[in-house]
Amino acid sequence: MNTWLIIAVDGVAFASWLFLISVGMTLIYGVLRILNVAHGSLYALGAYTGASLIIAYFRHDLWPYGSYLVLFGAALLVGVIAGPLIERGLLRWVYDRDPAVQLLVTYALFLILEDAIKLGWGADPYYAYKPYQLLGQVQLGGIAYPRYSFLLLGIAVAAGGALWLFINRTRFGKLIVAVIEDPEISTAMGVNVPRVYVITFTLGAVLAALGGAFTAPMISVAPGIAVEVIVLAFAVVVIGGLGSLEGAALGALIVGIVRAAAVHHIPDLELFAIYLVMAAVLLVRPQGLFAREERRRI
Amino acid sequence: MRKSHIVVRSRGIFAGMLIGAIILSLLAACAPPVTVPEAGMGETPAAAPAAPTAGAPSQVKIGIVTFLSGPGSPFGIPSKNAADVIVEALNAGQAPAPYDQAGIGGVPIQLVYVDESGGPDKQVAEYRRLVLDEKVDLVLGYVSSASCLAVAPVAEELQKLTVFYTCATRRIFEEASYKYVFRTKGTDLVYNVGAARYLLKVKPDLQTIAGMNQNYAWGQDSWTAFRDTVLQLKPDVQVVSEQFPKLFAGEYSAEISALLVARPDAIHSSFWGSDLEAFLIQATPRRLFDQSIGVFIIGEAMLPSLGEDVPPGLIIGAEGTHGALAPDNELNRWFTRIYRERYDARPIHPAYHMALTLFGVKAAYEKAIAENGGKWPTQDQVIAAFEHLEFDSPSGVIQMALANGHQAIEPMAFGITGEFDPAAGEVKLTDRMVFPAECVNPPEGMKGEEWIAQGFPGAKCP
Amino acid sequence: MRPLLITVALLALLAGLGFVLPAWIIFLLSLAFARGLAILSVALLLRAGLVSFGQGLFFAASAYTVAFVMRAWGVREAALATALGTAAGVLVAGVTGLLLARYREIFFAMLTLAFSMVLYGILVKAYALTGGSDGMAVATPTIAGLALEAERLRSGLYLLTLSCTAAVAYLTFRYMNSPLGYAARAVRDNEVRLEYLGLSTWGTIYLTYVLAGGLSGLGGALMALNVGHVDPQLAYWTTSGEFVFVALLGGIGNVLAPLGGAVVFEILRAYAFKYAPYIWQMIMGSAMLLIILFMPEGLWTIYTSAVRRIRIRRWSWRRLG
Repeated sequence: MNTWLIIAVDGVAFASWLFLISVGMTLIYGVLRILNVAHGSLYALGAYTGASLIIAYFRHDLWPYGSYLVLFGAALLVGVIAGPLIERGLLRWVYDRDPAVQLLVTYALFLILEDAIKLGWGADPYYAYKPYQLLGQVQLGGIAYPRYSFLLLGIAVAAGGALWLFINRTRFGKLIVAVIEDPEISTAMGVNVPRVYVITFTLGAVLAALGGAFTAPMISVAPGIAVEVIVLAFAVVVIGGLGSLEGAALGALIVGIVRAAAVHHIPDLELFAIYLVMAAVLLVRPQGLFAREERRRI
Repeated sequence: MRKSHIVVRSRGIFAGMLIGAIILSLLAACAPPVTVPEAGMGETPAAAPAAPTAGAPSQVKIGIVTFLSGPGSPFGIPSKNAADVIVEALNAGQAPAPYDQAGIGGVPIQLVYVDESGGPDKQVAEYRRLVLDEKVDLVLGYVSSASCLAVAPVAEELQKLTVFYTCATRRIFEEASYKYVFRTKGTDLVYNVGAARYLLKVKPDLQTIAGMNQNYAWGQDSWTAFRDTVLQLKPDVQVVSEQFPKLFAGEYSAEISALLVARPDAIHSSFWGSDLEAFLIQATPRRLFDQSIGVFIIGEAMLPSLGEDVPPGLIIGAEGTHGALAPDNELNRWFTRIYRERYDARPIHPAYHMALTLFGVKAAYEKAIAENGGKWPTQDQVIAAFEHLEFDSPSGVIQMALANGHQAIEPMAFGITGEFDPAAGEVKLTDRMVFPAECVNPPEGMKGEEWIAQGFPGAKCP
Repeated sequence: MRPLLITVALLALLAGLGFVLPAWIIFLLSLAFARGLAILSVALLLRAGLVSFGQGLFFAASAYTVAFVMRAWGVREAALATALGTAAGVLVAGVTGLLLARYREIFFAMLTLAFSMVLYGILVKAYALTGGSDGMAVATPTIAGLALEAERLRSGLYLLTLSCTAAVAYLTFRYMNSPLGYAARAVRDNEVRLEYLGLSTWGTIYLTYVLAGGLSGLGGALMALNVGHVDPQLAYWTTSGEFVFVALLGGIGNVLAPLGGAVVFEILRAYAFKYAPYIWQMIMGSAMLLIILFMPEGLWTIYTSAVRRIRIRRWSWRRLG
């Protein structure tokens, strides 16, 4: 029984990380109908910015717990600058194009940002693990777990909850829902659709950067981290149902638990875990777990 | 409507430009290649050759292939840095003896870089371009074993001297024999046999082992070689967990839990690059290395980067006697000094591999010149001189002993992490032990797997 | 008649170029055509409104089949190996297509991606058979029974690749203008109307998918023969992703557009590698963006706008004269 407790904890820890890296992608897809490959780059930008700010912060001998605020700041900084820049400067020119072309635009952006990050930060890895070690460990089932994992869980729950409230309980959220339903009618009803788009994309960018910033303390921030998260985020978002917040949460949880179970019982399956889950879910529910049926238009 | 009109017009101009560019590039492909001086290289005037070699070309052009982008670049960039700083010194004739003659036999070296990203098929195409378009005199490089395996037959086809500097798979010379291909470093087999022997020396009462390796050929090869060696030397040892996380996964909490549950005496890991540090950052606070000895067969690269946060008691290897485990000889002191002066960092083991490979090439050429009566040698003469060559390097003496003199054997050094040394900025390695090359390398013509299975015939160990 | 003439003329021109251009460019062209076939297959699916992120599945299945039949059965003949590889592509597509023909849009894309990643995982894991991620060597083939020397072998493989590509390009052209080809386009435009016309959407998609599998398979087999080494990377999602991107860059309105796109992409990448080894990704990305923003139909726009301009000029001359 003990192993299943450990699997549950490992699974939830991994799931909260997966949710953080994919929630922004599902939000952007839900509203803008663009599958954003550059999401990985925004994640990397968040990680790099977070890591360099953390390193600078600890050099100054300040209150160590302030470093978590620094990570939030890094995510905000990246999202608020890069989000509008990308949406206004690039994406708005391709809203009327084929979805595949929009995908291609974000892929081109990903390639450009990949080298831009290398030019900005160099190829040497960055280490900012102080915030990871600061919180210490707890014992669960006879095993030490870093408290940082639970911080990640808290942030994931908070981010998901805040987003849900924002969309379902605020005036602006209602506008977003209207734009999702029908951008043309919304425009006709006087909704400033471009403003909804730019704010949503910025929000998605902040969430991507948030995922990156809070991952930075547990990894070595090095070239190539962007590409690794793209397909993970894709998979989670598709399993849950594109554009669905609840779906992303459930998708992350399923993938997290399945992967943890594989690691503990059949390590050889780890490589396949996420794709097997994806294939299984899509075969049973072609639209993903939570997506609405699309209307068939004649 | 108005807007689309503008778009059409600008599209036409752009299209014209693009057609022009394509035609130009095709023409350029046919025209004789223009040599672009490499940054940081062209400025140094070559020292006048002491004794001009008869029939010498104006330069020796070396194509260097390593990772300049992507997750391999923490290995590739230090290698490129080492090549830059060493070739600059060699061209200026500033390297210590026996490499004090300028360039190669008085002829300046020119480097051309290629990024190793893009997969083996891309690398085969790039190799052909280096040889046929850039007309390099030799190709030196490759980190990824897949690149090496794909490129080796092409080197034979194009008959171009090619030296692999850090890819490790033993399959290259076990599955085929080559005339034009050399490798100046040992194979994955050697590191793991050495690591297993060292572990049993430090912990003779070893009961259980576990593996934590990346899920690709290097990780799989390393783990089987290590596991089989341990089981051969001490058959009562139990394997309690075999973890293979995805390459560059970055997040290992579940694997660490599984290892904590399994409680092995020792954990073998062939992790490298950013994965290595990420694993350590996540495992150390969870006290994984309090209950198990970590055996990091190429853990040397993380010593400068993680500094005082490397926990004590880890077994660390460096793919041979490189980096923190390098011998204290004059070449090593000189290399670390010029590298530190330029990049403000200590060279890690891939940089040492690049350094020793360049010295090996220089030694082979200069031996060939001497054997050719002072005249510039043909490629075949260089190859003949390279076979069974023994040369000095910052990592000690390297012998091209196996695969008819095409595959090097290296001694293997290991140490245990100890206290932090603020002056060096990294932890000290204690209990440094060097296994001679004859102890960890199989004899000529024997496959690694058989050698382990038969109980290491011919091994001379201290 | 005209398309056949154009194909033959292009074929003659490209075959002639094989004797003029430097050997490394010829090799690059061979790779470009091999990839071009996979890209053409992506374009076929795109015409039916389906984005496949898993053409690497057939590409790799076929490439590994070539490597296996050469190692296990001692097959040496390039044409035979190519045929077997292509057959493997068709077979895999025939089986997976049964499941996939129900899916559309992003779900189709992600399922194809999942299938190709499962193959990738198997190839990495079946170490004893496939050599794992390091891949396995492909033996030197014979062409029409002849064991050729290095340089002639390259020319032979180039001509083989070229003729396969030309033949398939012509057949694909015929397909596009056949009822089935038009039906595939109708699937993209409006499935419901297609069904009202009495055609089976499922059948149309299935056939297109199997055809695309065969095309990718052919490409993969030629790739394996030219490179002489296969590795699991061929099934990785980035390989398939690249096919989609080049298909969109080249344009999907015509058979020659994806093939031309493949050649331009390959040469562009080689030069980006050569002159900017540090920022080649940035250069590729910028080039892509420029093409997307200024040439909505892909590189094929260059051709169509040139044709239009010539026509306009001719017409105005006639009027003036």
